[in-house]
Amino acid sequence: MFSVHLILFLFFGAICVAGAVNLLVQRHPINSALSLIAVMAALAGEYLLLGAEFVAAVQVIVYAGAIMVLFVFTIMLLNAGVEEQSKGSHVALLFGIPGMLLASVLLGWVLLKHSGTEAVAAGALPGAPKVIGQLLFHEFLLPFEITSILILIAIMGAVVLASKPMGPSGGPPKKVSE
Amino acid sequence: MPIWLYIVASVIKSVVVLFLLLTAVAYTVWLERKVFGHMQNRWGPTRVGPFGLLQPAADGLKFLFKEDLTPPHVYKPLFLAAPLIAVIFALTSISVIPFGNPVVIGKYVIPLQITTDVNTGLLLILGVTSIGVYGVALAGWSSNNKYSLLGGLRASAQMVSYEISLGLSLVGVLIMAGSFSLTDIVHAQQGHFWGFIPRWNIFTGQIIGFFCYLIAAYAETNRIPFDLPEAETELVAGYHTEYSAMKFAMFFMAEYANMITVGCLATLLFLGGWNGPIFGPPILRAILPVFWFAAKVFAFLFLYIWVRGTLPRFRYDQLMAFGWKFLLPVALVNLVATAIGVAW
Amino acid sequence: MVPLSYYLVLSGFLFACGVTGFLIKRNIITIFMSIELMLNGVNLSFVAFAAHWHVLAGQVFVFFVMVVAAAEAAVGLAIIIAVYRTRETLNVDQVNLLKL
Repeated sequence: MFSVHLILFLFFGAICVAGAVNLLVQRHPINSALSLIAVMAALAGEYLLLGAEFVAAVQVIVYAGAIMVLFVFTIMLLNAGVEEQSKGSHVALLFGIPGMLLASVLLGWVLLKHSGTEAVAAGALPGAPKVIGQLLFHEFLLPFEITSILILIAIMGAVVLASKPMGPSGGPPKKVSE
Repeated sequence: MPIWLYIVASVIKSVVVLFLLLTAVAYTVWLERKVFGHMQNRWGPTRVGPFGLLQPAADGLKFLFKEDLTPPHVYKPLFLAAPLIAVIFALTSISVIPFGNPVVIGKYVIPLQITTDVNTGLLLILGVTSIGVYGVALAGWSSNNKYSLLGGLRASAQMVSYEISLGLSLVGVLIMAGSFSLTDIVHAQQGHFWGFIPRWNIFTGQIIGFFCYLIAAYAETNRIPFDLPEAETELVAGYHTEYSAMKFAMFFMAEYANMITVGCLATLLFLGGWNGPIFGPPILRAILPVFWFAAKVFAFLFLYIWVRGTLPRFRYDQLMAFGWKFLLPVALVNLVATAIGVAW
Repeated sequence: MVPLSYYLVLSGFLFACGVTGFLIKRNIITIFMSIELMLNGVNLSFVAFAAHWHVLAGQVFVFFVMVVAAAEAAVGLAIIIAVYRTRETLNVDQVNLLKL
């Protein structure tokens, strides 16, 4: 009953659960960011268990290695400190946590009751880069091109948002020193 | 292969490779000090042992006995964890690098890499390099010191920017080899053409890719000409200002281990890996590929040190402009040209 | 052998943690990270179903979700920096009026 697959699944799953709960419990954003990185790394392990090797590698490179670096940069640059509690946050804690516990228990019960026990084998669907590449460039070509335009729009938007405000009468911003 | 044999072989390989890697890190420091010194018309270490060969041992002892000071206002968990992160991920990427042809012992074939031949070996190394950025960024932030923070942010922004060009320069090789597996890429570089020019990727059209990779590798490992974030005259010492003794030694080790990994990757992808003239009795035939591999890595490290002795360092805005406005377009053009060349 | 429902329960748990973080946290960066946690939970269920039905399109979709998450993170963090520049705070409770 306790196959290596199940033990590995539980190991990575435990890291995911611990990281997700730690994200909620920690009050300093840098600790939440680090637990989120741990969740993403453990999820990459779960993807490997399901045979998705390319997706696991991309998860580590893109999500844990680039997007979270952006988050960590922002926390460092803005010198984010420990969260302050307020009346609104106390109300949210009072209603939010029991509500979400109830909703997630309900969700878990429904999933366990109705999904049956069909097992997913370890490495069930090998997602080699070659096959995913073929899918990306044949059936999913239009979404692929649209996401590249989306990234271009995001880059332009981020550059405009983060640049200094323009000089008077809409010219380029004044330089402090040349 | 039975599972117990696989585990025993992996443990033995891990121990041997780790020992060799740590020795190589120590002696790369020695090599750098000697070569750098000779380039500057001085001797380098000569007193400790013949030719200063025991200098790394003396340095190691010094680091062990130095006072390990933790300043009072640092953020302790990350302060202690950052050098560990840097060194762990610097040493992890060596596990998918093959050093030679698989060795046949009895009736078992044992590959000369710590894991077996992983399908996506190259992606794993890129992933580990991406995670290594955290060691630098967290060290800079947790030191609670404006110079460290600036140095750490600059270093991590530089590493993230040049990672893109690094990845793109590798894609040219991937297109030509058709696989992410490092052993397959080396096998695609076997043979000669015109009888004596080896069919290495650097000679079969990836010369621009090689130079992109070289420059991006210098920036990734924070070496001259891109070592502004840790230059002594710039920001005190950048992200490792507040670190002393063993923790500083761990950052040091991480930097040199990264250099060696990058050198191994360059030889596998561009310089033909372990392909080289094979001759002699069977025992020599088994060892020669590893020897050629080590010789090529040594040549790459020598080039690293040579460049350090020759070029001045970039200013930070020049560095970032170079990475985004020159190197990235060149890597993209290389990729497109390789794709067109292979498709024809 | 791991039943499919185990993967779905894990994915649902991650999603629920993401929603909880979104509701109870007051720091805008942490709220953003809870959104990323929700996206990760959904990614896991995509890959699990792809393995279950042997359809590779699930893994390709994870690709697109990651790209969208990256674009959203870039623009969202730029917005956060812009908000911080004008209002000097990262607490969402204090960003409740259009007037500065």
